Amino acid sequence: MKLLVMAKSVLSNLFSRPVTERYPFVEKKYFVGTRGKVLIEIDKCIFCGLCQRKCPTAAIVVTKEQKGWEIDRLRCVSCNACVEICPKKCLVLDTKYAACSEKRYKDVFHA
Amino acid sequence: MSKRTIIPFGPQHPVLPEPIHLDLVLEDEKVVEAIPSIGFIHRGLEKLVEKKDFQEYTYVAERICGICSFIHGLTYCMAVEELMKIEVPERAQYLRTIWSELSRIHSHLLWLGLTADGFGFESLFMESWKIREYILDIIEETTGGRVIFGSAKVGGVRRDIAPAKLEEIVKKLRVYQKKINDLGMVFLDDTTVKHRTQGVGILTTENAKALGAVGPMLRASGVAMDIRMMGYAAYGKIGFAPIVETEGDCYSRCKVRIRELAQSIDIIEKCVQQMKEGVIEAKVTGFPNGEFFARSEQPRGEVIYYAKANGTKFLQRLRVRTPTFANITPLLEILKGCQLADVPILVLTIDPCISCAER
Repeated sequence: MKLLVMAKSVLSNLFSRPVTERYPFVEKKYFVGTRGKVLIEIDKCIFCGLCQRKCPTAAIVVTKEQKGWEIDRLRCVSCNACVEICPKKCLVLDTKYAACSEKRYKDVFHA
Repeated sequence: MSKRTIIPFGPQHPVLPEPIHLDLVLEDEKVVEAIPSIGFIHRGLEKLVEKKDFQEYTYVAERICGICSFIHGLTYCMAVEELMKIEVPERAQYLRTIWSELSRIHSHLLWLGLTADGFGFESLFMESWKIREYILDIIEETTGGRVIFGSAKVGGVRRDIAPAKLEEIVKKLRVYQKKINDLGMVFLDDTTVKHRTQGVGILTTENAKALGAVGPMLRASGVAMDIRMMGYAAYGKIGFAPIVETEGDCYSRCKVRIRELAQSIDIIEKCVQQMKEGVIEAKVTGFPNGEFFARSEQPRGEVIYYAKANGTKFLQRLRVRTPTFANITPLLEILKGCQLADVPILVLTIDPCISCAER
């Protein structure tokens, strides 16, 4: 009969610091490759619309005439498809996630 | 015969992370029959294959399950690759194996935690999930996502891992293995835990075969059956032997999963040793045509993807048979004759993933 098998872990946990981070008081450090939100350098964009066509959730809308690029942050699943297809490499995935929100909102960019 | 009562179990129940409903027919405290009903979270993901093209559907396939997401995506890709006769590069095969095993480790640790919580051992639950968090960090570092890897792709993988990083991962995993061993010891040696698991819910070898159990549920009943033996991805090259236990009770199922944790770490280490530099994706041209059954081993058991295509960019039909669905029938068998207080732990022991089962 074995009791107190967990005593070793309990003792080591008792004398060590918490493994959890005190977010939001301590800023969360993301990894280099974390897929966060999509950022665009709108000056480089040629409004070809490839990102819109490749987006699996139809989060991106590109309007060539108005030179506009908009993204629905709640629809975007950060899959990286738009970043991979972009011919001008003006899209990039940030390591930080998009801000949370109660309502759908769009980030609109104009050249 | 004493009076029979029917007690509803679920769809909302403290031990259930996802909704399944069981009508338990009781005689006093003993369960004599369980009648399941599922369908609370059907999302129609199989139908979506007609709207999303075959490459986009990889994202949907990954979202069928939140825990074994990578292996869902991988099996879907395997089905489409076979239809299109694509040869996947060797390095991609190894990377797929590494990610599959990482996902198995995190899934088994999640299950251990939930089980500990199920029998009321809170600190063991925290300990399991603490270790799981380290594994999730490795996954996030290599794929960019914590549970949705997003790295499977028709024709290969989307990201590479640098050799130095791979060595670092193996080193880290060796450290975590010690923690996992300590954790496993509590599950396998502690008297209070053994009271809840030993001799409870015995599934005999005959029943396991006849009722079509899969995964750890089947292997704990003494059947050496694991789809990894077929050698998909890189499993054929590294040599794989399944882990088998013979008692068929909750304790054996727990033991199979704990031993598989160590095995997964060994597999990752072997992969890293054997991997060579190379390309990670093959060029995909044309559209899939024909039909194919792809099979792979998830943490919960065998998953089957049936894909039928007609040479257009949309697949005609996709059918997914998930391990939880296959394990519901054996669950009903082991519930017969058990005590009411053992029901939660028996339901957890099949590692239920209901979103998976209903798609």
